[in-house]
Amino acid sequence: MAEVRDGLKYTKTEEWVKIENDIAMIGITDHAQEELSDIVAVEIKEIGTRIKRGESIATVDAVKAASDIYSPLSGEITEVNQNVVSSPELINHSPYDQGWLLKLKIENPNEISSLLEKEQYDERN
Amino acid sequence: MANTIKKTPFYKRHVDMGGRIVEFAGFYMPIQYKGVIKEVGAVRNRIGIFDVSHMGEIKIKGNDRDKFISYITTNDPLTLDEFQEQYSSMCYEDGGIVDDLLIYKLPDCFFLVVNAANTEKDYNWIVQNKKEDVTIENVSENTAQLAIQGPQVEKYLNGLFNEDISKINYYHSTITRFCGIEMLVSRTGYTGEDGFELYFDPKYALDVWDKLFEEIPELEPCGLAARDILRLEARYCLYGNDIDKTTNPIEAGLSWITKLDKDDFIGRTAILRLKENIKRKLAGFEMNDGIPRKGFEIYKDREKIGVVTSGGYSPTLKKGIGLGYIDVPHHKSGGVVDIKIGEKFKPGNIIKGAFYRRFYGGS
Repeated sequence: MAEVRDGLKYTKTEEWVKIENDIAMIGITDHAQEELSDIVAVEIKEIGTRIKRGESIATVDAVKAASDIYSPLSGEITEVNQNVVSSPELINHSPYDQGWLLKLKIENPNEISSLLEKEQYDERN
Repeated sequence: MANTIKKTPFYKRHVDMGGRIVEFAGFYMPIQYKGVIKEVGAVRNRIGIFDVSHMGEIKIKGNDRDKFISYITTNDPLTLDEFQEQYSSMCYEDGGIVDDLLIYKLPDCFFLVVNAANTEKDYNWIVQNKKEDVTIENVSENTAQLAIQGPQVEKYLNGLFNEDISKINYYHSTITRFCGIEMLVSRTGYTGEDGFELYFDPKYALDVWDKLFEEIPELEPCGLAARDILRLEARYCLYGNDIDKTTNPIEAGLSWITKLDKDDFIGRTAILRLKENIKRKLAGFEMNDGIPRKGFEIYKDREKIGVVTSGGYSPTLKKGIGLGYIDVPHHKSGGVVDIKIGEKFKPGNIIKGAFYRRFYGGS
Protein backbone atom coordinates (compact mmCIF):
# COMPACT_ATOMS: atom_id res chain seq x y z
CA MET A 1 0.00 0.00 0.00
CA ALA A 2 1.14 3.47 -0.79
CA GLU A 3 2.31 5.52 2.17
CA VAL A 4 0.40 8.62 3.24
CA ARG A 5 2.43 10.72 5.62
CA ASP A 6 1.34 12.77 8.61
CA GLY A 7 2.11 16.44 8.69
CA LEU A 8 1.71 16.99 4.97
CA LYS A 9 -1.08 18.46 2.89
CA TYR A 10 -2.18 16.93 -0.39
CA THR A 11 -3.89 17.69 -3.70
CA LYS A 12 -6.35 15.72 -5.79
CA THR A 13 -3.68 15.57 -8.49
CA GLU A 14 -1.32 13.65 -6.16
CA GLU A 15 1.10 16.36 -5.05
CA TRP A 16 2.11 16.81 -1.42
CA VAL A 17 3.01 20.07 0.33
CA LYS A 18 4.99 20.62 3.51
CA ILE A 19 4.52 24.12 4.88
CA GLU A 20 7.08 25.82 7.07
CA ASN A 21 6.35 29.49 7.73
CA ASP A 22 5.93 31.06 4.29
CA ILE A 23 7.80 28.33 2.40
CA ALA A 24 6.08 25.33 0.78
CA MET A 25 8.10 22.23 -0.09
CA ILE A 26 6.41 20.27 -2.89
CA GLY A 27 6.69 16.71 -4.18
CA ILE A 28 4.57 13.90 -5.56
CA THR A 29 2.83 11.26 -3.46
CA ASP A 30 3.92 7.70 -2.96
CA HIS A 31 0.80 6.64 -4.84
CA ALA A 32 1.78 8.89 -7.78
CA GLN A 33 5.30 7.50 -8.00
CA GLU A 34 3.93 3.95 -7.88
CA GLU A 35 1.54 4.69 -10.72
CA LEU A 36 4.27 6.32 -12.81
CA SER A 37 6.95 3.76 -11.87
CA ASP A 38 10.55 3.97 -13.06
CA ILE A 39 10.97 7.74 -13.27
CA VAL A 40 13.87 8.52 -15.60
CA ALA A 41 13.86 12.29 -16.05
CA VAL A 42 12.59 15.34 -14.24
CA GLU A 43 12.40 18.89 -15.46
CA ILE A 44 11.59 21.61 -12.93
CA LYS A 45 10.88 25.29 -13.60
CA GLU A 46 13.75 27.61 -12.72
CA ILE A 47 14.38 29.39 -9.43
CA GLY A 48 12.71 32.78 -9.49
CA THR A 49 9.80 31.64 -11.65
CA ARG A 50 6.44 32.90 -10.40
CA ILE A 51 3.76 30.29 -10.54
CA LYS A 52 0.01 30.41 -10.10
CA ARG A 53 -1.81 27.63 -8.35
CA GLY A 54 -2.66 24.88 -10.85
CA GLU A 55 0.12 25.76 -13.30
CA SER A 56 2.72 23.20 -14.30
CA ILE A 57 5.86 23.41 -12.17
CA ALA A 58 7.60 20.28 -13.35
CA THR A 59 7.46 17.42 -15.82
CA VAL A 60 8.19 13.92 -14.64
CA ASP A 61 9.12 11.38 -17.32
CA ALA A 62 8.69 7.72 -16.61
CA VAL A 63 9.72 5.03 -19.11
CA LYS A 64 6.27 4.90 -20.64
CA ALA A 65 4.72 8.30 -20.09
CA ALA A 66 5.31 11.88 -19.04
CA SER A 67 3.25 13.68 -16.39
CA ASP A 68 2.92 17.34 -15.58
CA ILE A 69 3.14 18.25 -11.92
CA TYR A 70 0.86 21.13 -10.94
CA SER A 71 1.58 23.70 -8.32
CA PRO A 72 -0.65 23.28 -5.28
CA LEU A 73 -0.08 26.96 -4.38
CA SER A 74 0.85 30.26 -5.98
CA GLY A 75 4.30 31.64 -5.31
CA GLU A 76 7.88 32.12 -6.42
CA ILE A 77 10.27 29.18 -6.74
CA THR A 78 13.10 29.64 -4.25
CA GLU A 79 14.84 26.29 -4.44
CA VAL A 80 14.99 23.32 -6.82
CA ASN A 81 16.11 19.86 -5.74
CA GLN A 82 19.06 19.30 -8.06
CA ASN A 83 19.48 15.78 -6.68
CA VAL A 84 16.26 14.58 -8.29
CA VAL A 85 17.22 16.26 -11.55
CA SER A 86 20.45 14.24 -11.64
CA SER A 87 18.95 11.11 -10.00
CA PRO A 88 15.24 11.00 -10.88
CA GLU A 89 14.85 7.53 -9.33
CA LEU A 90 15.00 9.26 -5.92
CA ILE A 91 11.33 10.10 -6.47
CA ASN A 92 10.52 6.39 -6.67
CA HIS A 93 12.67 5.44 -3.71
CA SER A 94 11.89 8.34 -1.40
CA PRO A 95 8.92 10.41 -2.56
CA TYR A 96 8.47 12.30 0.73
CA ASP A 97 12.11 12.85 1.69
CA GLN A 98 14.95 12.84 -0.83
CA GLY A 99 12.50 12.97 -3.74
CA TRP A 100 11.08 16.44 -3.07
CA LEU A 101 10.94 18.65 -6.16
CA LEU A 102 11.04 22.31 -5.20
CA LYS A 103 10.29 24.97 -2.63
CA LEU A 104 8.29 28.08 -3.22
CA LYS A 105 7.59 31.24 -1.28
CA ILE A 106 3.87 31.27 -0.64
CA GLU A 107 2.21 34.29 -2.20
CA ASN A 108 -1.35 33.77 -1.05
CA PRO A 109 -1.74 32.01 2.32
CA ASN A 110 -5.51 31.85 1.79
CA GLU A 111 -4.93 29.10 -0.75
CA ILE A 112 -3.61 26.76 1.94
CA SER A 113 -7.13 25.99 3.15
CA SER A 114 -7.95 24.51 -0.27
CA LEU A 115 -5.38 21.74 0.17
CA LEU A 116 -6.45 18.32 1.42
CA GLU A 117 -5.59 17.20 4.92
CA LYS A 118 -4.17 13.69 5.28
CA GLU A 119 -7.57 12.30 6.31
CA GLN A 120 -9.33 13.90 3.34
CA TYR A 121 -6.66 12.58 0.97
CA ASP A 122 -6.96 9.12 2.55
CA GLU A 123 -10.73 9.02 2.14
CA ARG A 124 -10.45 9.58 -1.53
CA ASN A 125 -8.65 6.27 -2.02
CA MET B 1 -24.34 -7.17 -27.43
CA ALA B 2 -22.37 -6.13 -24.39
CA ASN B 3 -18.72 -5.52 -25.05
CA THR B 4 -17.14 -7.33 -22.15
CA ILE B 5 -13.45 -7.18 -21.50
CA LYS B 6 -11.79 -10.55 -21.95
CA LYS B 7 -9.23 -12.31 -19.83
CA THR B 8 -6.44 -14.46 -21.20
CA PRO B 9 -6.05 -17.97 -19.74
CA PHE B 10 -3.07 -16.68 -17.71
CA TYR B 11 -5.03 -13.88 -16.05
CA LYS B 12 -5.05 -15.52 -12.63
CA ARG B 13 -1.26 -15.77 -12.62
CA HIS B 14 -0.86 -12.11 -13.56
CA VAL B 15 -2.87 -11.19 -10.49
CA ASP B 16 -1.14 -13.80 -8.27
CA MET B 17 2.28 -12.50 -9.29
CA GLY B 18 1.51 -8.86 -8.65
CA GLY B 19 0.96 -7.69 -12.22
CA ARG B 20 -0.69 -4.30 -12.54
CA ILE B 21 -3.72 -4.97 -14.71
CA VAL B 22 -4.97 -2.58 -17.38
CA GLU B 23 -7.42 -2.87 -20.22
CA PHE B 24 -5.68 -3.24 -23.57
CA ALA B 25 -7.29 -4.13 -26.90
CA GLY B 26 -10.32 -5.56 -25.14
CA PHE B 27 -8.32 -7.68 -22.68
CA TYR B 28 -7.28 -7.34 -19.07
CA MET B 29 -3.50 -7.47 -19.40
CA PRO B 30 -0.55 -6.85 -17.08
CA ILE B 31 1.15 -3.56 -17.96
CA GLN B 32 4.01 -4.39 -15.59
CA TYR B 33 5.01 -6.55 -12.67
CA LYS B 34 8.06 -5.37 -10.74
CA GLY B 35 8.93 -2.43 -12.98
CA VAL B 36 9.62 -1.75 -16.62
CA ILE B 37 13.35 -1.20 -16.26
CA LYS B 38 13.82 -4.47 -14.38
CA GLU B 39 11.75 -6.36 -16.94
CA VAL B 40 13.54 -4.84 -19.94
CA GLY B 41 16.87 -5.67 -18.29
CA ALA B 42 15.81 -9.29 -17.76
CA VAL B 43 14.97 -9.70 -21.46
CA ARG B 44 18.14 -7.98 -22.67
CA ASN B 45 20.42 -9.92 -20.33
CA ARG B 46 18.70 -13.12 -19.26
CA ILE B 47 15.17 -14.35 -19.90
CA GLY B 48 11.65 -12.95 -19.66
CA ILE B 49 8.16 -14.23 -20.38
CA PHE B 50 5.18 -12.41 -21.88
CA ASP B 51 1.58 -13.52 -22.08
CA VAL B 52 0.63 -12.62 -25.63
CA SER B 53 -2.60 -14.61 -25.74
CA HIS B 54 -4.47 -11.46 -26.64
CA MET B 55 -2.98 -11.68 -30.14
CA GLY B 56 -5.40 -12.97 -32.77
CA GLU B 57 -4.90 -16.21 -34.70
CA ILE B 58 -6.60 -16.99 -37.99
CA LYS B 59 -6.27 -20.22 -39.96
CA ILE B 60 -6.59 -20.33 -43.72
CA LYS B 61 -7.26 -23.75 -45.20
CA GLY B 62 -8.46 -25.14 -48.51
CA ASN B 63 -6.97 -26.10 -51.86
CA ASP B 64 -6.55 -22.52 -53.08
CA ARG B 65 -4.96 -21.22 -49.90
CA ASP B 66 -1.58 -20.53 -51.51
CA LYS B 67 -3.00 -18.23 -54.14
CA PHE B 68 -5.34 -16.60 -51.67
CA ILE B 69 -2.78 -15.83 -48.95
CA SER B 70 -0.51 -14.30 -51.57
CA TYR B 71 -3.39 -12.17 -52.84
CA ILE B 72 -4.24 -10.69 -49.43
CA THR B 73 -0.70 -10.08 -48.13
CA THR B 74 2.20 -7.96 -49.35
CA ASN B 75 5.15 -10.27 -48.70
CA ASP B 76 5.57 -13.46 -50.74
CA PRO B 77 4.27 -16.40 -48.69
CA LEU B 78 4.84 -18.79 -51.61
CA THR B 79 8.55 -18.74 -50.80
CA LEU B 80 7.88 -20.31 -47.40
CA ASP B 81 8.80 -23.87 -46.56
CA GLU B 82 6.62 -25.83 -44.18
CA PHE B 83 7.25 -24.70 -40.61
CA GLN B 84 8.75 -21.46 -41.79
CA GLU B 85 7.17 -18.08 -41.12
CA GLN B 86 7.36 -14.56 -42.42
CA TYR B 87 6.51 -11.04 -41.37
CA SER B 88 4.01 -9.45 -43.71
CA SER B 89 1.20 -6.94 -43.98
CA MET B 90 -2.27 -6.72 -45.44
CA CYS B 91 -3.26 -3.59 -47.33
CA TYR B 92 -6.45 -1.97 -48.53
CA GLU B 93 -6.92 -1.18 -52.22
CA ASP B 94 -5.60 2.33 -51.59
CA GLY B 95 -2.35 0.98 -50.10
CA GLY B 96 -3.25 1.82 -46.48
CA ILE B 97 -2.34 -0.92 -44.01
CA VAL B 98 -5.05 -3.22 -42.61
CA ASP B 99 -2.59 -4.87 -40.22
CA ASP B 100 0.89 -6.28 -39.93
CA LEU B 101 1.11 -9.97 -39.15
CA LEU B 102 3.11 -13.15 -38.95
CA ILE B 103 2.32 -15.94 -41.42
CA TYR B 104 3.20 -19.52 -40.55
CA LYS B 105 3.13 -22.13 -43.25
CA LEU B 106 1.91 -25.29 -41.54
CA PRO B 107 1.23 -28.65 -43.22
CA ASP B 108 -2.54 -28.14 -43.38
CA CYS B 109 -2.97 -24.37 -43.34
CA PHE B 110 -1.53 -20.90 -43.17
CA PHE B 111 -1.61 -19.73 -39.57
CA LEU B 112 -1.86 -15.96 -39.24
CA VAL B 113 -0.98 -14.11 -36.05
CA VAL B 114 -2.49 -10.63 -36.00
CA ASN B 115 -2.73 -7.70 -33.62
CA ALA B 116 -5.21 -8.12 -30.77
CA ALA B 117 -7.05 -4.89 -31.49
CA ASN B 118 -7.45 -5.90 -35.14
CA THR B 119 -8.53 -9.54 -34.88
CA GLU B 120 -12.19 -8.98 -35.77
CA LYS B 121 -11.39 -6.39 -38.42
CA ASP B 122 -8.79 -8.65 -40.03
CA TYR B 123 -11.04 -11.69 -39.95
CA ASN B 124 -13.87 -9.75 -41.60
CA TRP B 125 -11.49 -8.28 -44.17
CA ILE B 126 -10.15 -11.70 -45.10
CA VAL B 127 -13.65 -13.20 -45.33
CA GLN B 128 -14.83 -10.29 -47.44
CA ASN B 129 -12.06 -10.96 -49.95
CA LYS B 130 -12.47 -14.74 -49.90
CA LYS B 131 -11.96 -16.47 -53.21
CA GLU B 132 -12.54 -19.97 -54.52
CA ASP B 133 -11.70 -22.92 -52.32
CA VAL B 134 -10.56 -21.49 -49.00
CA THR B 135 -11.93 -21.67 -45.50
CA ILE B 136 -11.15 -19.06 -42.89
CA GLU B 137 -11.30 -19.73 -39.19
CA ASN B 138 -10.73 -17.37 -36.27
CA VAL B 139 -9.05 -19.60 -33.67
CA SER B 140 -8.02 -16.81 -31.29
CA GLU B 141 -10.19 -18.08 -28.43
CA ASN B 142 -8.68 -21.55 -28.70
CA THR B 143 -5.08 -20.41 -28.67
CA ALA B 144 -2.86 -19.57 -25.71
CA GLN B 145 0.36 -17.80 -26.67
CA LEU B 146 3.50 -17.13 -24.67
CA ALA B 147 6.65 -15.35 -25.77
CA ILE B 148 9.85 -16.31 -23.96
CA GLN B 149 12.64 -13.93 -24.86
CA GLY B 150 16.24 -13.21 -23.94
CA PRO B 151 19.82 -14.29 -24.66
CA GLN B 152 19.61 -17.25 -22.27
CA VAL B 153 16.38 -18.62 -23.68
CA GLU B 154 17.91 -21.50 -25.60
CA LYS B 155 19.95 -22.63 -22.64
CA TYR B 156 16.93 -22.70 -20.35
CA LEU B 157 14.31 -24.04 -22.72
CA ASN B 158 16.30 -26.76 -24.38
CA GLY B 159 15.69 -30.00 -22.57
CA LEU B 160 12.14 -29.05 -21.61
CA PHE B 161 10.81 -30.12 -24.98
CA ASN B 162 10.67 -33.49 -26.72
CA GLU B 163 12.70 -32.03 -29.55
CA ASP B 164 16.03 -30.25 -29.53
CA ILE B 165 14.69 -26.74 -30.01
CA SER B 166 18.17 -25.28 -30.46
CA LYS B 167 17.86 -26.71 -33.99
CA ILE B 168 14.98 -24.39 -34.81
CA ASN B 169 16.27 -21.55 -36.95
CA TYR B 170 15.13 -17.93 -36.70
CA TYR B 171 11.65 -17.56 -38.22
CA HIS B 172 11.14 -21.31 -38.25
CA SER B 173 8.97 -23.52 -36.07
CA THR B 174 8.09 -27.05 -35.12
CA ILE B 175 5.31 -28.94 -33.39
CA THR B 176 6.63 -30.66 -30.31
CA ARG B 177 5.69 -31.43 -26.72
CA PHE B 178 6.43 -29.62 -23.47
CA CYS B 179 5.62 -31.81 -20.44
CA GLY B 180 3.43 -33.90 -22.69
CA ILE B 181 1.52 -30.88 -23.99
CA GLU B 182 1.55 -30.42 -27.75
CA MET B 183 2.52 -26.98 -28.95
CA LEU B 184 3.70 -25.01 -31.92
CA VAL B 185 7.11 -23.61 -31.02
CA SER B 186 8.62 -20.90 -33.19
CA ARG B 187 11.82 -18.92 -33.00
CA THR B 188 10.27 -15.49 -33.24
CA GLY B 189 9.50 -12.51 -31.05
CA TYR B 190 8.95 -8.80 -30.78
CA THR B 191 11.87 -7.81 -28.57
CA GLY B 192 14.99 -7.89 -30.73
CA GLU B 193 16.40 -10.75 -28.67
CA ASP B 194 16.62 -14.45 -29.34
CA GLY B 195 13.39 -16.05 -28.26
CA PHE B 196 10.60 -18.50 -28.79
CA GLU B 197 6.86 -18.18 -29.04
CA LEU B 198 4.64 -21.04 -27.94
CA TYR B 199 1.09 -21.67 -29.15
CA PHE B 200 -1.08 -24.26 -27.44
CA ASP B 201 -4.48 -25.22 -26.09
CA PRO B 202 -5.54 -22.71 -23.41
CA LYS B 203 -6.75 -25.48 -21.10
CA TYR B 204 -3.08 -26.18 -20.31
CA ALA B 205 -2.21 -22.52 -19.81
CA LEU B 206 -1.68 -22.47 -16.05
CA ASP B 207 0.16 -25.81 -16.07
CA VAL B 208 2.58 -24.53 -18.68
CA TRP B 209 3.08 -21.21 -16.90
CA ASP B 210 3.75 -22.89 -13.55
CA LYS B 211 6.04 -25.51 -15.03
CA LEU B 212 8.11 -22.85 -16.80
CA PHE B 213 8.59 -20.89 -13.58
CA GLU B 214 9.43 -24.10 -11.72
CA GLU B 215 12.07 -25.09 -14.29
CA ILE B 216 13.48 -21.59 -14.82
CA PRO B 217 13.87 -19.75 -11.51
CA GLU B 218 15.33 -16.72 -13.29
CA LEU B 219 12.30 -16.30 -15.53
CA GLU B 220 11.02 -12.73 -15.24
CA PRO B 221 7.34 -12.06 -15.91
CA CYS B 222 7.08 -9.02 -18.19
CA GLY B 223 4.19 -6.75 -19.02
CA LEU B 224 3.00 -4.71 -21.97
CA ALA B 225 5.08 -1.66 -21.04
CA ALA B 226 8.33 -3.63 -21.30
CA ARG B 227 7.13 -5.25 -24.52
CA ASP B 228 6.47 -1.84 -26.04
CA ILE B 229 9.84 -0.33 -25.22
CA LEU B 230 11.70 -3.52 -26.23
CA ARG B 231 10.02 -3.49 -29.63
CA LEU B 232 10.78 0.20 -30.03
CA GLU B 233 14.48 -0.35 -29.18
CA ALA B 234 14.49 -3.04 -31.89
CA ARG B 235 12.65 -0.59 -34.16
CA TYR B 236 9.66 -2.80 -34.85
CA CYS B 237 6.51 -1.00 -35.96
CA LEU B 238 3.42 -1.01 -33.79
CA TYR B 239 0.06 -0.98 -35.53
CA GLY B 240 -2.01 1.95 -34.30
CA ASN B 241 1.14 3.99 -33.66
CA ASP B 242 3.58 3.75 -36.55
CA ILE B 243 1.34 2.14 -39.15
CA ASP B 244 -2.39 2.20 -39.79
CA LYS B 245 -4.87 2.61 -42.63
CA THR B 246 -3.52 6.11 -43.39
CA THR B 247 0.07 4.93 -43.90
CA ASN B 248 1.45 2.80 -46.72
CA PRO B 249 4.17 0.15 -46.38
CA ILE B 250 6.70 2.12 -48.43
CA GLU B 251 6.70 5.25 -46.26
CA ALA B 252 6.66 2.99 -43.18
CA GLY B 253 9.96 1.44 -44.26
CA LEU B 254 8.29 -1.88 -45.01
CA SER B 255 9.35 -2.15 -48.66
CA TRP B 256 11.22 -5.30 -47.67
CA ILE B 257 7.91 -7.05 -47.00
CA THR B 258 6.18 -5.54 -50.04
CA LYS B 259 6.90 -7.69 -53.06
CA LEU B 260 5.65 -5.60 -55.93
CA ASP B 261 6.95 -8.02 -58.56
CA LYS B 262 4.90 -11.01 -57.38
CA ASP B 263 1.40 -11.71 -58.75
CA ASP B 264 -1.33 -9.21 -58.03
CA PHE B 265 -2.27 -8.56 -54.42
CA ILE B 266 -4.68 -6.15 -52.76
CA GLY B 267 -3.13 -2.69 -52.74
CA ARG B 268 -0.45 -3.40 -55.33
CA THR B 269 -1.67 -0.92 -57.96
CA ALA B 270 -1.96 1.89 -55.42
CA ILE B 271 1.42 1.14 -53.84
CA LEU B 272 3.13 1.14 -57.27
CA ARG B 273 1.73 4.62 -57.83
CA LEU B 274 2.47 5.89 -54.29
CA LYS B 275 6.01 4.61 -54.49
CA GLU B 276 6.81 7.16 -57.20
CA ASN B 277 5.97 10.06 -54.95
CA ILE B 278 6.86 9.35 -51.34
CA LYS B 279 6.42 12.56 -49.36
CA ARG B 280 7.31 11.34 -45.88
CA LYS B 281 9.20 8.44 -44.32
CA LEU B 282 9.15 6.78 -40.94
CA ALA B 283 12.44 7.70 -39.28
CA GLY B 284 14.05 6.73 -35.99
CA PHE B 285 15.77 9.30 -33.81
CA GLU B 286 17.64 9.43 -30.51
CA MET B 287 17.66 12.26 -27.99
CA ASN B 288 20.33 13.02 -25.41
CA ASP B 289 18.04 15.47 -23.65
CA GLY B 290 14.33 14.88 -23.42
CA ILE B 291 12.03 11.95 -24.08
CA PRO B 292 9.85 11.94 -27.18
CA ARG B 293 6.25 10.78 -26.89
CA LYS B 294 3.57 9.84 -29.40
CA GLY B 295 1.96 12.95 -30.85
CA PHE B 296 4.88 15.35 -30.27
CA GLU B 297 5.61 17.52 -33.30
CA ILE B 298 8.85 17.44 -35.27
CA TYR B 299 10.40 20.63 -36.67
CA LYS B 300 13.27 21.81 -38.84
CA ASP B 301 14.18 25.50 -38.77
CA ARG B 302 10.94 26.17 -36.87
CA GLU B 303 8.85 24.63 -39.62
CA LYS B 304 6.75 21.59 -38.79
CA ILE B 305 7.99 18.59 -40.77
CA GLY B 306 6.52 15.64 -38.93
CA VAL B 307 5.05 13.95 -35.91
CA VAL B 308 6.23 11.35 -33.42
CA THR B 309 4.36 8.04 -33.71
CA SER B 310 6.16 6.09 -30.95
CA GLY B 311 8.46 7.32 -28.24
CA GLY B 312 9.82 6.55 -24.84
CA TYR B 313 12.86 6.14 -22.69
CA SER B 314 15.18 3.32 -23.66
CA PRO B 315 16.44 1.62 -20.49
CA THR B 316 19.03 -0.20 -22.59
CA LEU B 317 20.51 2.89 -24.27
CA LYS B 318 19.61 5.23 -21.40
CA LYS B 319 18.18 7.90 -23.64
CA GLY B 320 15.00 8.98 -25.32
CA ILE B 321 14.18 7.21 -28.58
CA GLY B 322 11.36 7.65 -31.04
CA LEU B 323 9.87 6.96 -34.42
CA GLY B 324 8.01 9.48 -36.49
CA TYR B 325 6.94 10.39 -39.97
CA ILE B 326 9.23 13.10 -41.31
CA ASP B 327 8.82 14.95 -44.59
CA VAL B 328 11.29 13.98 -47.32
CA PRO B 329 14.19 14.93 -47.49
CA HIS B 330 14.54 15.74 -43.78
CA HIS B 331 14.09 12.05 -42.85
CA LYS B 332 17.62 10.98 -43.78
CA SER B 333 19.89 9.35 -41.23
CA GLY B 334 22.61 11.63 -39.92
CA GLY B 335 20.24 14.58 -39.93
CA VAL B 336 19.12 16.49 -36.86
CA VAL B 337 15.52 17.53 -36.25
CA ASP B 338 13.86 19.40 -33.40
CA ILE B 339 11.30 17.65 -31.25
CA LYS B 340 8.81 19.98 -29.60
CA ILE B 341 8.51 19.00 -25.94
CA GLY B 342 6.16 21.33 -24.15
CA GLU B 343 7.27 24.77 -25.31
CA LYS B 344 10.87 23.73 -25.94
CA PHE B 345 12.64 22.35 -28.98
CA LYS B 346 15.16 19.60 -28.34
CA PRO B 347 17.41 17.92 -30.89
CA GLY B 348 16.72 14.45 -32.21
CA ASN B 349 19.46 12.68 -34.17
CA ILE B 350 18.10 10.57 -36.97
CA ILE B 351 19.68 7.15 -37.07
CA LYS B 352 19.66 4.31 -39.53
CA GLY B 353 18.05 1.03 -38.55
CA ALA B 354 17.45 -0.32 -35.07
CA PHE B 355 18.31 1.57 -31.88
CA TYR B 356 19.45 -1.69 -30.33
CA ARG B 357 20.98 -4.69 -32.04
CA ARG B 358 21.67 -7.88 -30.18
CA PHE B 359 25.04 -9.51 -30.26
CA TYR B 360 25.00 -12.43 -32.68
CA GLY B 361 28.07 -14.09 -31.30
CA GLY B 362 29.11 -17.69 -31.70
CA SER B 363 28.69 -19.80 -28.61
